Amino acid sequence: MSAVAQTAPGTEAPSYYDLDPHEHPPGASTMLGFWLYLMSDCLIFAMLFAAWGVYGSAYAGGPTPKDLFDLKLVAVNTAMLLFSSLTYGMAMIAGDEGKRGQLMGWLAATGLFGAAFLGIELYEFSHLLHEGAGPQRSAFLSAFFTLVGTHGLHVTFGLIWLTVLMVQVAMRGLEPANVRRLQCLSLFWHFLDVIWIGVFTFVYLLGVLR
Amino acid sequence: MADAKVRDAHEGAAGHGRHNDHGHGDHGHGAPHGSRRGYLIGFGLSVLLTAVPFAVVMAGGVSQSMAAAICMGFALVQIVVHMVYFLHMNAKSEEGWTMMALIFTAILVVIALTGTLWVMYHMNANMMPDMDAMMRSSGGM
Repeated sequence: MSAVAQTAPGTEAPSYYDLDPHEHPPGASTMLGFWLYLMSDCLIFAMLFAAWGVYGSAYAGGPTPKDLFDLKLVAVNTAMLLFSSLTYGMAMIAGDEGKRGQLMGWLAATGLFGAAFLGIELYEFSHLLHEGAGPQRSAFLSAFFTLVGTHGLHVTFGLIWLTVLMVQVAMRGLEPANVRRLQCLSLFWHFLDVIWIGVFTFVYLLGVLR
Repeated sequence: MADAKVRDAHEGAAGHGRHNDHGHGDHGHGAPHGSRRGYLIGFGLSVLLTAVPFAVVMAGGVSQSMAAAICMGFALVQIVVHMVYFLHMNAKSEEGWTMMALIFTAILVVIALTGTLWVMYHMNANMMPDMDAMMRSSGGM
């Protein structure tokens, strides 16, 4: 029972150890750890934005944002991501209330909006490549594809995570570990939406204004 | 008794300050929860804060610098809206460590961005003409 191991008096200098495991419930530090991961991810995006800031107007005689970007498409894309943030919020509330069916429904809706976002982005990319405006055309396009592509890759992994999590919830219900995973993905998903605010503002809107 | 004391001392030293053993799950600071109303308010504000800059740029008619200022201003406000209503940021969650991490990251981001843009702008402004002259005088490379 005692957590203190004490050598018998007189043999050696007494030493004390805390032998009992600490009272850290499983996953107690997960949310803070995941938040720290997101902050380091934030730094990656900051550097990609810095690269965009430096190279964003180095067209090398090639096409400019005004020639390439279709703001209507970007607006639809932004709406998809914003809707998915709302549906994920609703999923979390359904989870809090213990309504598993509703939770799965909202998660599925989030997945569909996320997939729509990715589909539109891939369509945009393939359109650009088709026009000969690939990442190798100019520093502007290299910076564009790196920044927007990295965000798209994050959304892709978010979708994979979402799918796996839906399977886990379906198999084991709203157990503490699954609730924790839902909270982590919630942070991840909303974080990607925050990054997208920077993308549509600095890449698309200010790009077209230039 | 003895082990309780040791554990208390340990926790105090590690700066946890959680003295009730079953406290983590229900002290309410670990994972803040949103409400339906909160998400809807955040969504409504986001739609507005997204629609205005898109409308300004797509409709035109506003001076370029004015439009750029509107875009950046709205983006900054929208980021705060997302932080509050979607990410549920507050100074209390995880005993303030999430906020500390956020502030630290924000400082790094500001230094990295302004530093990069500042240095590279001056590289362009001050060095490129000389580089051109050098390359011309040596007959190109």
